[in-house]
Amino acid sequence: MIRIDSVTKRYPDGTVAVDRLSLDIPDRSITVLVGPSGCGKTTTLRMINRMVDLSEGTISLDGADITKQPVNTLRRSMGYVIQNAGLFQHRTIVDNIATVPRMLGWGKEKARARATELMERVGLDASLAKRYPYQLSGGQQQRVGVARALAADPPVLLMDEPFSAVDPVVRKGLQDELLRLQEELGKTIVFVTHDIDEAIKLGTMVAVLRTGGKLAQFAPPAELLSDPADAFVEDFLGADRGIRRLSFFSSAGLDLKTSPIVAVDSTAEQIAERTTPGVPYLLVTDLDGRPLGWSEPAALTAGSIDTARLLAYGRPFAAGKDSLRAALDGSVLSPTGWAVGVDDTGRVVGVVSQQAVGEAIRSAHAAVRPDTKAVG
Amino acid sequence: MNDWFRIPSDLQNSYLGLIGLHLREAVIPVLVGLVVALPIAQLCVRLRWLYPPVLWVTTVLYAIPSLAFFVVLIDYTGQTETTVMIPLGVYSLVVFVPAIVDGVRSVPQETLDAATAMGLGPVRRYLQVQLPIAVPAIIAGLRVATVSSISLVSVGMLIGNQGALGNLLNDGQIYHQPRLIWLSVITTAVLAIVVDAVLVGVRLLLTPWMPRGTRKARPAPAEPVTEDAAR
Ligand SMILES: Nc1ncnc2c1ncn2[C@@H]1O[C@H](COP(=O)(O)OP(=O)(O)OP(=O)(O)O)[C@@H](O)[C@H]1O
Ligand SMILES: [Mg+2]
Repeated sequence: MIRIDSVTKRYPDGTVAVDRLSLDIPDRSITVLVGPSGCGKTTTLRMINRMVDLSEGTISLDGADITKQPVNTLRRSMGYVIQNAGLFQHRTIVDNIATVPRMLGWGKEKARARATELMERVGLDASLAKRYPYQLSGGQQQRVGVARALAADPPVLLMDEPFSAVDPVVRKGLQDELLRLQEELGKTIVFVTHDIDEAIKLGTMVAVLRTGGKLAQFAPPAELLSDPADAFVEDFLGADRGIRRLSFFSSAGLDLKTSPIVAVDSTAEQIAERTTPGVPYLLVTDLDGRPLGWSEPAALTAGSIDTARLLAYGRPFAAGKDSLRAALDGSVLSPTGWAVGVDDTGRVVGVVSQQAVGEAIRSAHAAVRPDTKAVG
Repeated sequence: MNDWFRIPSDLQNSYLGLIGLHLREAVIPVLVGLVVALPIAQLCVRLRWLYPPVLWVTTVLYAIPSLAFFVVLIDYTGQTETTVMIPLGVYSLVVFVPAIVDGVRSVPQETLDAATAMGLGPVRRYLQVQLPIAVPAIIAGLRVATVSSISLVSVGMLIGNQGALGNLLNDGQIYHQPRLIWLSVITTAVLAIVVDAVLVGVRLLLTPWMPRGTRKARPAPAEPVTEDAAR
């Protein structure tokens, strides 16, 4: 465990970047430091690997004061990933990744083999190994940065806004990849970001800092959303915190209706049979069971349903896997107000109305505690 | 044809011998200058306040005419190649120090941070990160220093037979032989161009990591070869 114990950082010019900060960073999970620009996130992170010397207080790693061991030994036990990756422009990708193993005295072959293995781990094609950083996209460079930090298998990973310089689509990919990697590797990760959504998505614990380097709240993301400590945290969380909190409730308990669903080649009898009292629409699927669109039963011509005239079905949610937020989103996006639940292969498993989602939300809120980790 | 390359006997050297001497006297001081400039530049990078005074000193040294150097040095090193090479080495500093300082400073802060965070100590950081990334800037400096050194060697004629192709030029004037003057001027120019081309090749070999098309190509200074001969 990394224990930050009433740590203060005063820069020589008098700026107090971090003010009596105490945090217990749990092992094998992602702890996110989040807060507005200049609130001392980078300073805190850099005090952990001693790139910045603290002014007061102590930081300990597994009970041992970090100032008591040689600084380079400490740093080699902590991978460090930064914005824009900070790759060595004069080295090939494989040599970038192999830097620390080589420094630790590994043979060239072994270090390269390890680098190649890591490239695969972080989702980089092996054909990129001999390229130089300028020949990679920003997202690829960032992956190399992560691989490089993992090369010597350090127990701790420090990440300073690693994904903030790439576009939102690539960023989402990198975030998902990090969560997947973390599931495999179980590192102790300290992750700095100024993006509260990223913090909520990635963090097992989230520390919200306010300007002046003071801790505003340290809590699991779900608790942050349900019980913000003060107006600053509430404000920082943004306007739609209620909606975002739904990410922490599973859609598993939703009562999905399977009756109002017809295949595109249905006969008149089948359409009549599927028409359900209280449900004004039928969902038409293709022959594989994938959704095509909604229609009023009367508008369907048996045997040859005109798919061009169907109403859009919005965005389906993965039933049982996605959160209530995804289900609600699906029902809001659908012109009929009904959300479509699908399985892993995209086949319809059932449909649910906005009212039913709303009821599920109310009963979830009534339950004692929401899940601690975001679903989907 | 061979008449073209006949050298007056008072130079005690063949045409190729003169070229060899000229190259040696031009290149050795530049290489020594580079080796001396590296630690000076590194000091200037680490101690920022040192850079302006160091730059000032190298500029002042550059302003001292080589004749003045010769007058002082001749008591110690005599009428030798060394006497010619010392001022050339000193002059090269005015190019090398800023070239290396700029090169090393051009290494992005995040690259340095990454190196530090990986546990690279100052020495490793310098040798494995800063110096390699400064190579293009250093070679750009090397090109300027070498080419100007090639033109400056000629002043060695002031202390006897140490000016190589410069003595050839001098003979041409004394004996009223335009052929010798042309031979000297053209050979010096060709030497400069060839050496410069070699250095460009070296840079291409050393920096496969630079994006093509945006290489910081610095054209060789197109100064007239004899411009500095009066130093
Ligand atoms: N070397 C330094 N000398 C003096 N003040 C500094 C130094 N580095 C940072 N600061 C100040 O300390 C405060 C915290 O800086 P820090 O870089 O930790 O913020 P941050 O939370 O990482 O911000 P950002 O989100 O913009 O990266 C800021 O007010 C900053 O100006
Ligand atoms: Mg920062």
